[in-house]
Amino acid sequence: MLTQKEVQHIAKLARLGLTEKEIGKFQRELSSILDYVERLKKVDVAKVESTSHSLTVENVMRKDQSFKFDKKLLDGRLKVKKILQ
Amino acid sequence: MRELTNLTISQAHQGLKKKQFSALELCRAYLNNIKKKDKEIHAFLTISEKLALSQAKKVDSLLVSGRPMPVLAGIPCAVKDDILVEAVKCTAGSKILENYIAPYDATVIQKLKEQRVVILGKTNQDEFGMGSSTENSAFGPTKNPHDLTRTPGGSSGGSAAAVAADECVFSLAEDTGGSIRQPASFCGAVGLKPTYGAVSRYGLIAFASSLDQIGPITKTVEDAKIVYEAICGKDPKDSTSVESKFPISNFQFPIKNLRIGIPKEYFIKGIDPSVEKIIKSAIKKYEDRGAKIVEVSLPHAEFALAAYYIINPSEASANLARYDGIKYGFSASGKDLMEVYLRSRGQGFGAEVRRRIMLGTYALSAGYYEAYYLRAQKVRTLIKNDFDRVFQKVDCLFTPTSPFPAFKLGEKTSDPLSMYLSDIYTVSVNLAGLPALSLPCGKVSNLPVGLQIIGQAFNEHKILSIAETFEKL
Repeated sequence: MLTQKEVQHIAKLARLGLTEKEIGKFQRELSSILDYVERLKKVDVAKVESTSHSLTVENVMRKDQSFKFDKKLLDGRLKVKKILQ
Repeated sequence: MRELTNLTISQAHQGLKKKQFSALELCRAYLNNIKKKDKEIHAFLTISEKLALSQAKKVDSLLVSGRPMPVLAGIPCAVKDDILVEAVKCTAGSKILENYIAPYDATVIQKLKEQRVVILGKTNQDEFGMGSSTENSAFGPTKNPHDLTRTPGGSSGGSAAAVAADECVFSLAEDTGGSIRQPASFCGAVGLKPTYGAVSRYGLIAFASSLDQIGPITKTVEDAKIVYEAICGKDPKDSTSVESKFPISNFQFPIKNLRIGIPKEYFIKGIDPSVEKIIKSAIKKYEDRGAKIVEVSLPHAEFALAAYYIINPSEASANLARYDGIKYGFSASGKDLMEVYLRSRGQGFGAEVRRRIMLGTYALSAGYYEAYYLRAQKVRTLIKNDFDRVFQKVDCLFTPTSPFPAFKLGEKTSDPLSMYLSDIYTVSVNLAGLPALSLPCGKVSNLPVGLQIIGQAFNEHKILSIAETFEKL
């Protein structure tokens, strides 16, 4: 079972604001899912390579482009919140 | 002549060519049907009436000029709301994107527009594709046209319900763990999840990038084939896309040579006995026509769902980091940047999305990465190897698409794990990157049941041909 403190820690890493009630709810729900996932420990994976994609992928680069956005345009630029304190 | 809203793609195409009706008439018939039915069904989030009418008018002027028409020209379709259509709202079923207007067309939309389809609107879905009932949409659930007290499945419930309710000829959807096939099965439609890489995902709102694939939901197998051919192919804008070397058109698989694998792990406890009966009788029909039925084993099948529910939330948590209250849509105020993040994401995402972000963040966090994420990826290799092994002996696999027919609205919302279990037959296919199709093969009282046909990578032509055979049996 995850502790309340662990749930709060994960929520902070994920930048998700949770209420007290939600912390308890997520604690129960995440723990039950993690209990289900425990079965993966029964599989012997000692000599197995991992698969991230079902086919081999290569990186492709493209030029950066800008698009017309929504209404919040100021002189052709996008207005956003202050991100530097 | 049949009603305009009851046609397949080729029937509608013939009707347009023979001038039995105009593209505008066809488009209006569907828009009227949507207005009549969608208050109850709620398959659509946005109706793009102006766009649809202008596209239809253009097709009519081309028809007058007598130039050859692509088969999809003038065909009214619906698009899942996680696929971008330029200048049309695109929410992916999430409050965090409630005012997001797509700045460009997804490659699949560009391809359909080149064929001059008519886009009627955007369809409802579980938020970012996370769910199996469309009840996780921030904008309210979709209802199953076969029984309004039941879910249409998910996450592409809107796309499947729109086809089943004759609110469009076909729809586009996206499948990460069953999101095309399971709703197609619940709504009695054909749903094709193509091979990973067969269809470009440029302009698809990313959910779990090693699993997501775009595909069609249609009334017939022939229609699925037509739409798949129109949207498949390598795209320089999607590094995972690949050109298939197999042509689709006119490929026919002789049933006498067909070897059908039945994975024994898929017919154990948990399956609804009436669903099992219908699937077995579908298998019997193929056997009676000379197909060879082979029992096969996928020994790691029992671990697929667990591996999926680590890999999927891990990738989702990374993909959804971009919704920070700064760059897109919904933004809550706060005293500093951290509070803006916490509040925008806390209030902008629904419960299931937050659950998966939490789960993924945990599985990827320091100290747990190897125990969860890396282990799940190794199990994924074993699952893929199981499929590779059985495909040396058989041409395709037959399984149920879902262990049960459409369930009641609200039945599984309080227990996330029971909702996850409805994906038990579909997730392995995404983990292994294979193509699979759900084909309507019978009903339990009035509720449709889907047969899942799984093929080898890039063998869409085979599974489509095998499915088409069933419609003729």
